[in-house]
Order: sequence, then C-alpha cells, then structure tokens
Amino acid sequence: MTAGLVDRILSGDVRSAARLMRGIEDGDREAFDTLEALYPHTGHAYVVGVTGAPGSGKSTLVGALTAVLRRGGMTVGVVAIDPTSPLTGGAILGDRVRMQEHCTDAGVFIRSVATRGWLGGLARAAAGIIHVMDAMGKDVVLVETVGIGQQEVDVTRLSATSIFVLTPDSGDAIQMMKAGILEVADIFVINKSDQEGALRVKADLQSMLNMGGPSSAVRRPPVLLTEAFNGKGVEDLVREIWKHRQTLVSDGGLRKRALERARLELAEAVESSLRDLIDSGLDSAAHERLVEELTERKISPRAAASRVVGQLTRPPQ
Amino acid sequence: MSPKRKLRVLVAKPGLDGHDRGVRVIARGFRDAGYEVVYTGVHQTPEQIASTAIQEDVDLVGLSCLSGAHLFLFSEVVRLLREKSAADITVIGGGIIPEEDIPKLMDAGIKAVFLPGTSLDEIVQWTEANVRPVEESQEPAR
Amino acid sequence: MFDEKTLQQVHDGMLEWWGKVKAAVDNGRGMRRFSTVSDMEVKPLYTPEDIRDLDYAENLGTPGSYPFTRGCQPDMYRGRVWTFRMFSGFGSARDTNRRYHHLLKHGETGLSIAYDYPTLMGYDSDAPRAHAEVGKCGVAIDSLADFEVLMAGIPLGEVTVSHTINPPASVTWAMNLAAADKQGVSWDRLGGTLQNDMLKEFIAQKTFMLPPEPSVRLVRDIIEFGTLHVPRWNTISISGYHMREAGATAVQELAFTLADGMTYVQDVLDHTKLDVDAFAPRLSFFFDAHIDFFEEIAKMRAARRMWARIMRERFKAKNPRSWWMRFHTQTAGCSLTAQQPLNNIVRVATQAMAAAMGGTQSLHTNSYDETLALPSDQAVTVALRTQEIIAEETGVTNTVDPLAGSYFVEALTNQMEEKALEYFDRIDAMGGMLAAIKQGFPQTEIADAAYRYQRQLDRKEKTLVGVNKYVAEEKTPIEILKIDEKLEEEQVARLSEVKRTRDNREVARALGEIRRACDGGRNVMPHVIEAIKAYATEQEICDVYRDAFGRYQDPGFF
Repeated sequence: MTAGLVDRILSGDVRSAARLMRGIEDGDREAFDTLEALYPHTGHAYVVGVTGAPGSGKSTLVGALTAVLRRGGMTVGVVAIDPTSPLTGGAILGDRVRMQEHCTDAGVFIRSVATRGWLGGLARAAAGIIHVMDAMGKDVVLVETVGIGQQEVDVTRLSATSIFVLTPDSGDAIQMMKAGILEVADIFVINKSDQEGALRVKADLQSMLNMGGPSSAVRRPPVLLTEAFNGKGVEDLVREIWKHRQTLVSDGGLRKRALERARLELAEAVESSLRDLIDSGLDSAAHERLVEELTERKISPRAAASRVVGQLTRPPQ
Repeated sequence: MSPKRKLRVLVAKPGLDGHDRGVRVIARGFRDAGYEVVYTGVHQTPEQIASTAIQEDVDLVGLSCLSGAHLFLFSEVVRLLREKSAADITVIGGGIIPEEDIPKLMDAGIKAVFLPGTSLDEIVQWTEANVRPVEESQEPAR
Repeated sequence: MFDEKTLQQVHDGMLEWWGKVKAAVDNGRGMRRFSTVSDMEVKPLYTPEDIRDLDYAENLGTPGSYPFTRGCQPDMYRGRVWTFRMFSGFGSARDTNRRYHHLLKHGETGLSIAYDYPTLMGYDSDAPRAHAEVGKCGVAIDSLADFEVLMAGIPLGEVTVSHTINPPASVTWAMNLAAADKQGVSWDRLGGTLQNDMLKEFIAQKTFMLPPEPSVRLVRDIIEFGTLHVPRWNTISISGYHMREAGATAVQELAFTLADGMTYVQDVLDHTKLDVDAFAPRLSFFFDAHIDFFEEIAKMRAARRMWARIMRERFKAKNPRSWWMRFHTQTAGCSLTAQQPLNNIVRVATQAMAAAMGGTQSLHTNSYDETLALPSDQAVTVALRTQEIIAEETGVTNTVDPLAGSYFVEALTNQMEEKALEYFDRIDAMGGMLAAIKQGFPQTEIADAAYRYQRQLDRKEKTLVGVNKYVAEEKTPIEILKIDEKLEEEQVARLSEVKRTRDNREVARALGEIRRACDGGRNVMPHVIEAIKAYATEQEICDVYRDAFGRYQDPGFF
C-alpha cells in the first residue's frame, strides 16, 4: 500500500479502486490497511439499500434510479449482490446487465459482489466496498440485495434509506412479516405496477403498515408504484428518498443510523481482529490434540475453551 | 486468514450478434468451477466490455462472436484494456472463427481461441493453468 | 386400433422377448439408457400395445383432412415436392444476386434472403455499431436501391421470396413490394414469406430493437396489411428453429413455437377487425431438423395435429385452410462440427430426410463449412444437391407420410404432444407467453437444456463424431468464403450516393407520416412503403420506431 494508491483512489481512479475492492472481498490484510487510510475521507456518500425478492425488478429499478440521479447531477456507486452457489462456490453475477447503459458513464461505478456464504463477512466486504466508492467521491451508493438471510439483512443495516421492492403478483406480504422487513424498510415500491393487482397490493400493504405496533415509528413508510422498465414513478421515488433523508436529518435519525452502522462495523472489525489473533496465536497441533480430547470426553467444551483463551492471553514468556 | 482467492471472469458478447447459447453455457460452466462470473448479456460495445472488466477487476474476459466481426471486435477490446492500463487482464475468444484468423487474433493479444466442439472441461482446465487471480492486494500493473 | 386377441398375443410375445433381453443384460451387456438428442428416453421395442388407443380418424386422419397429422395437402410431394429454399446472402447486393442466380440455375425453387447484422438490427452500413459487421454474415441492404440490385433479373411474379428478418421486417417487405411495382407485378400475384416473429427474438435469437408490446404491434400491422393487400404472402413464419439452436429440446421447440403462434392469433383478433379465417391461412411456421431422425419426424407430425386442434377448437376457425400448419424447415446448424467438416454432409442429409418424412413445405439444407464461415459455392451446391437426391432418388416422396402406423413413430408423436401440452399448462398459469417471456421462463428452460446437453457431451454420455469420439488429428483443409474488407467502404459510399441523390424533403415527410401512424395506432405499412419509394434508409425508418416506442435492452436471463 502506498500513498500513491490512496491518492489515486481519492481522485477517482477506477482500476485502483476496483483492485482494492477485490482485496477487501478476499479479506487481504493489505487491502484493509489501505482502507484504514481511506476511512477519514468517507462519510459523505448517501447509502440507499434496495431489497426484494428475485424477479421483482430490483436491478432494473436500480438502473432507473441511477439514470434519474445522474440527470440530477449526482455521481453514483452501485453494489449489486448475488448469491454464491452453495454447491460449487461459484456465482453468476447478472444484475449489472440491466444497468449496462451506465457502464461507460464515468460518473457511475457498478460493482457485482457474490455473497460467498460467509457468516457476517458479506456485510464487512460490502461496507468496505461502499467506503471505497465513498472515498472516490460518489454522492449516492445504491446497494442491491435479495435480502434473505441474516447476512443480507445486515447489509441493509448499512444504508440510511432502505427500499423494499415487490411486485403485484408476489405473495410477499406474508414473507415480509416473517422477515421483519415491515419494520426495517423506509420506502416500499410496487414495481411492474402495470400488472394486474398493483393497486390492491398497495392498499393491502398500506393497511398492514397502518396497523403498526407500539414500536412503529410516527412516520408511515410511503408505498409507491413504479414501472422501472420505462422509468415511470422513479422520479417520485427519488423525491421520496430525499424526503426521507430530510426527515432523518431533522429528527436526528441520520446520526442514529450512522452510529448504528459504525457499531456494526466496529463489531465486525473487532471480531475479525480477534479471529486473526486466534489464527496467529494458535498452535495447530496442540489444538488438534484438544479436539481429540473433546471427542473422547476427556475434557468439556468450556474447559477446553478456557485453555485456548488462557494460552492466547498468556503474557509472552 | 483470507479464504481461497476466487477467480473473477467476465463473459461478454461484443457487437450485434445475439447468439448467446455459448456464453450462457460457459457462464454456468465457470460458475460450477467455482468462479465468479459477471454476465452482461448481448450487444455490448467494446467500450462497455472494457469498462465492465475494469470496474469488476476480473482476471479473465471471454468474448464470443458468431457474426464474422471477431477480428475487429476482439482486438478492439484488447486495445481498450491496454489503453486503460489493464493489459494484465487475460482475454480469450470463441465462436465462428476460421482457423486462419486465429494467428491474427493471437497477435492482437487474444491468449486463446476456443472453437465450436471445445468441452467446458477444456476451457476450465486452460483457465486453471493460464489465469491466476492477482496476488494479494497487488497494485494493478500500469 | 387393435383387437383384444392381437394385443394378448403381443403381450405374450413381449414376455418372451423380455426374457431374452434380460438374459443378455444379466450376461454382462448391462443396461444402458438410450435417449434422443433431446434426452427423451427411448424404449428398446415398440409394439401395438404402445398405440392401442390410437384412433385412425381422430388421431391421424387422411392427409389433407383434419387433424392433418399425415400432411396438409392430400397428395403432398406427389403433387408438388417441397420448395428447395436455400437461405443465403452475404457481402453486397450484387454478390448475393450472383449467388441467387447460381442457386436458381442449379435447381433452387424459392429464394430466402439472409441479411447482415446491421440490417437485421435496423442499422445502416455507416452506423458506428455497424463497423466490421457489414456484409459479414448476410447481405447489406440499406435502401430500395440495394434491394433492386439484389433482385435484378429475378421475376418476382414467379419466384417466391422469403425474408429472414424480424424488427425491420416492415422495411424490407416494403422494399419487396416497391420492387414488385417497378417490375409491374401486381401484389395479388406476389408470393413470399416474412419471418417477422418477434416473440422468439426475446426468447432465443435476440435480434430485438423495441420492447415486446410495440414489437408485437408491428408484427400485427404486417399481418393485417398482408391479409388485405398481398393475399399470397405468408406474413409471419412462427419459428422454433432459433429456440432449438439455442439449446431447447424438441418438446420445448414444439411447445414454445405453438404458444407463440397462439399469442399472435389472439393479438390479431384483439386488435384488428379481421376474422380468424381471413388471416390464419397465411400463418406459417419454421422448424429445426435436428440430428435425431425419428424425434424430428414425430415433432412435425405432432405439430400439425396440435395446431389443427388449436385453430378449430380454441379459435373456432371454420376454414379448413386455417387449420393447416404449413412450415419451412432448416437442418440444425448447431449439430454441425468444425472438426472433420465433410461429416456435416452426412448429418445434413439425414436431417433433410427427416424433414421430408415429416412433411415440410420448404427446406433449407446447411452447407458443410458453416461452422467455419459462410458457405462457399461448392458447399452450397452440395447442400442443394442433397435435397434433389432425396427428392428424386430415395423414394421417400413416392407415398404420403410413409412412417404412419409405425408403433415407434406414432408413440413418439403422442408423447411429444403430451409433453408439449404440459408446457401449455405452465405457460397459461403464468398468464400467457408474453408474461412468461418477461419472467424469463422459456429463456431459462432453454438455457437449462443447453447446459445439460453440454455436460452430457463432456461426460461422453452423448456422442459428437469427430469431437468427442473418432477424433482425428489431421485437419482437412477446405476453401472457405471470405468477405472482402473493402466491402464496408464501398457500401458506405453507395449509401452516401443514395442520400445525396434522393429527394430529402420527401423522405422527411414520409418519415413524419410513419411517426404519426405509430403514435395514432394506425397501420404503418402504407407509410413505410411511401418512405421506401422515396429511398429512405432502413435505419431512418427504424429510428422513427425507436423514437416512438423506445429501445429494448437484453435483460440477460442466463
């Protein structure tokens, strides 16, 4: 890592930034060192999460949002997350297909990310990539994910405004209640709203949101209709995003979310540091012997753990 | 500790040719080999392909062309990558390509040409042998 | 079809037969799975038991009678052999005109125009996106001037012309109609076909320009105009070939093609004043003839039967000609190999034979060098001779539907129909073919099948001679066709000349009329013809469509 690299990224060099993102995804120590140097330059980009079931048109919507934001003079980063195949460890990342009109626009940076099946690692990688786009000077970063599973829910916690996308024919209503999305989303979008049933789903959703519980916020999340394919309703969506931002700014919500995000990042960073500590301090042969003892019931799990921790925290001899 | 470094690949169709059976089969093949495959659909310009390859920091770009325009399109992608300081990205190609054009493509910087009848295993094996993901956080070659 | 006593005898015979087979299997021969190239399992033996419920009148019928399983025309090839229609085109209009005269001289009976990619996609030869693609895999046609050269010396009143083109079909058809005017051929004598099938573009071939709904609207305008003004013209060729080439199974090809057909019929009924019997007789189809001999024959017979039933029962057509499924066939390009190209001659011959026994109305046979380049003169002549030999020497044309009654072929025909009907149910549940396409259903089914087949090839569960078996190290050198690099420059120069010498005000006016028709929901054809006669270029007209309806981008289903 050189100061040159940091400067290049700060001045918007795509190649260097893309390479750094690679290192972040792969968990390279050097990459995270560079990220440390970039960190003071972050915190300006407005992060918007777009979540929804496959087939809801999220990618097309993200592309349409990008178009509107660009027309308004903003630079945009996109993080498009797709699942890794549990069988093969590989992934086909096909979200950016629907945004390719932007790919030669210097004001847009699109990056496809595979979930890679890590426990918690996805949020860390996504946060890092967002930081890089932020440091490059992007005004808005759109993060697109299917939103299923804990790691992807963690990713949505990285955003200031969270959009949930559904379609008129989705049985999403029930699923949403299970996933707790109703509490998390700031804006709901019914995409492909030219299809039959759009208005009914909108009405159903609005009444569910109005039911609320004691923990429901004063602000009722708006429910919008869009046809991302031809851009209908997308300008309104952008307006709602900025309205939400305004609300967050005035009621202190923005700061609260920033704290929340930082809390999450700190937890990830601490965990990761501890993991590094364990890995570096571990005597693998001794560890294996301990595992065997555990199997033979010669020692119990907690006692074994104490022994390992004791080993790691022992003052150097 | 970093997990096994994953190979990132872009499979792309430059030009007006819309025959995407090959690229879609290869995308799945690469996925099943454990790679991360960026797929950008048909009708991509060389500029779009080069731009995508760089944003996605891929190790390999696979181009497919069945319309006879491969000499120009493939070499243009290589030229643009070089222009944008990304000459270290390996570019391979396939499609309807007469044998006599293969040396011209290699001269232009295409590292391998796979003709109809090539098995997926062959392409993956070639990739394993010839394309290495970049070393840890190595700064991109300029 | 068979009485109980016969069936009992057959059954008893089967037990004995199975005893013998099992002995051989147990002795070490093993039990292998045999399947078609589409991976449909095939039994070792078919008997009357497999077609016990077959009713001659209801399931087969005589040729020329409902349900037309045995053929649309009563005497089929004894009355008139299928049209030898070789899809061809490359380079400039003059180069292609030369090839057309060569083919006609050697016995071709109908023309089929292969356009280059810029033309297929609605671009002129001087468009930035056209660079390096001009004339490479088809002929470059930018305006009526080129089309006139293309058809020079060809009597349009006597030779039928097929246009393999989709988004800009209205444009090239207008050129054809204008050229006919110049030759003094009245439109009611003009015969030909337009491919004009946009649904399969979204599914498989991917030459698309506009979004789905406006694309279908232009298809409909053409069907309506043809019905009213060019009565002998087949205004659409509802295609399965491209889906098959993209990797679809035979059943998928059958199901998706017929589903597309139903979508178009419904669309025309919904949006025009035409009665179904007015336009249905001029709908035509286009199938693949792939390498599995019997599967293809069964597919074609099933297709005829299914379409007849659909038209009569679902769309209540009364005219028997509305129930006919007439189709063109092309031998499967995807079955040919670059290795040992002469082997392809054999493949094409068996595929053409299957098409003949399947009852095709016209046929294109591929050339052996097409996995390497466009066909050379020599290669295309061999391909044409293949059809001629099959038609004149092999005897398959001596009788109609020769394989009818075969236990295997009839069972397979039934099986094709059953499985295709299952797809119909799934597509209906999605809300129809257009909805299914938007969801990526046919595209993903086809991609799954393509991947499965590739894996089978890699594992040698399926054989491709010369590729994964009987591989030869030595290469057979063959002369291939090369397109002159200067062509693009020359074509661009011709285009500039046209633009310079025409009445540009008239062009602008005519283009404006097209736009008004687009916006006003009126049939575009009369205005397109006017613009073409003023020498508007193809892209100029297509740009009007793009401005009016928007552009379509590949959503990238994989």
